[in-house]
Amino acid sequence: MTDLWTMLWKEWKDLIFRDRRGGLLRHLLFIGILGIVLPWLVGLQWLELPAGAMLVVLYIPFLFIISFVGDAIAGERERHTLETLLASRMPDRVILLGKVIATVGYAWGMAVAGLLLGVVWANLLNGNGGWMFYHPFDLLLEWLALILVVILLAASTGVLISLRVATVRQAQQTLQIGTLVLVIAALLVLRALPENFIASLSYSQIMLIAIAVIATLDAILLGLALESFQRSRLILS
Amino acid sequence: MSRSIIRAEHLSRSFGAVKAIDDLSLDVPAGIVFGFLGPNGAGKTTTIHLLLGLLEPTAGRASVLGFDTRTQADEIRARTGALLEFAGLYEHMSAEDNLDFYGRIYHMPAADRRVRRKELLTHLDLWDRRKDQVGKWSRGMKQKLAVARALFHHPCLIFLDEPTAGFDPLAATALHNDLASLVAREGVTVFLTTHNLTEAEKLCAQVGVIRQGKLLIVGNPDELRLREGSPQAEIVGQGFNEQTLALLRARPEVAHAELQGDHLTIELRVESRIAPLVSLIVQSGAEIEEVRRGKASLEDVFLTLMGEEDK
Repeated sequence: MTDLWTMLWKEWKDLIFRDRRGGLLRHLLFIGILGIVLPWLVGLQWLELPAGAMLVVLYIPFLFIISFVGDAIAGERERHTLETLLASRMPDRVILLGKVIATVGYAWGMAVAGLLLGVVWANLLNGNGGWMFYHPFDLLLEWLALILVVILLAASTGVLISLRVATVRQAQQTLQIGTLVLVIAALLVLRALPENFIASLSYSQIMLIAIAVIATLDAILLGLALESFQRSRLILS
Repeated sequence: MSRSIIRAEHLSRSFGAVKAIDDLSLDVPAGIVFGFLGPNGAGKTTTIHLLLGLLEPTAGRASVLGFDTRTQADEIRARTGALLEFAGLYEHMSAEDNLDFYGRIYHMPAADRRVRRKELLTHLDLWDRRKDQVGKWSRGMKQKLAVARALFHHPCLIFLDEPTAGFDPLAATALHNDLASLVAREGVTVFLTTHNLTEAEKLCAQVGVIRQGKLLIVGNPDELRLREGSPQAEIVGQGFNEQTLALLRARPEVAHAELQGDHLTIELRVESRIAPLVSLIVQSGAEIEEVRRGKASLEDVFLTLMGEEDK
């Protein structure tokens, strides 16, 4: 656990200070879009978690992940810091998990911060005296879980790609193409399903199925990434 | 004789058809700076990777601090420090944070990290710049910080892979001085790879010369100079000519004689008296201003070894 905290400490310092002023502004911009612009556009209905608006909430941390996770291994390799880290006592799995958890935690934290700011902003803009929170509450939890598994999917894929390419640019390009393929595949699967099957499902059931499917993919990809992360292979690459 | 801190037995590593390390056997005693010399591509970095357990040997075995590199690499990495080919610093983090990260990796308590940071950064004249992002630093400063990082957790053995490669002579000398004083103070064993022979001569108690993955020779620099290098004499004067050279070359103890301006360099086959040669030169009509006896430098030894291998 101490090792994991050490990796998280380093990764978060890295994420925040990589591009000092610009980096902080970009992160605040993401939170601002989630917590101020979207609730302002949607109005009080924002608190009912409409699917269209929530997909945008999902997209922003996802965008953050695909911009940063490619840097995880390929970036350290490009900046020549990976070899020194591998020569230390830090266990392989902790290096990899530290990178995944730090990126996912940061992006998910950003989404949660945006949603919390959104409650305040929606109430301030449109409230009629009484204080309202997201409802139904179960649906909020399902969206938070869906955001988490989706960004974990992006992070696991990103780390896996980052392990196999030489540069950050290559990792980002491959990840963008991968995202496109994944979205098209998801649309094709949805089209292949019988229409009355989808119509028979509630909003919440669709969410739970999506969470379960993506969580399974997460486990597979994370397992593959852990399996691929071997010191000797990384040193040779 | 001190105990061996590094022991390699018939160690080999191939990359496809290329033998990067070929049947290397080596013993490095504790408490010394061991120089591993060789030209580019000789297998120096691969040897470090093998000793740190970052690569597995294709044949043979090695142990570091008594731990097997193949099965106990984690134990080795927990007890050693390394400055590899690149400084490997996080350039947008401060010097303090770079050291702190590695202190945390080795589970040093916060108070110890604070004390150690001040101790090393002060010793290396970097304390006033400790809060700077290291990306803004000069190459020499970064390399000093990387040395501090390798020593930060009090390892008993550190690996330094060409720490002054690409440095100008001034910066290299400054780093040599810092390294020498730190190593003496910390009592650490150093495995130093280099192709800089002045560096090896200045810092190392023992050196090994490697070429194309094969270890050619091991010993302390003086021994090597005696074993592999010839005794020399350098004579400064006037009136040297082809006749002087011919007279010298005819003597059985002279292996080689060469004239450059007013400098006459004589390489002797064995340690022998120089006086008869001086008389001979004077008799040939030349005037002598200065005579210097000398040993072959480590560079001469190195070049001789490389030359023999080429043959």
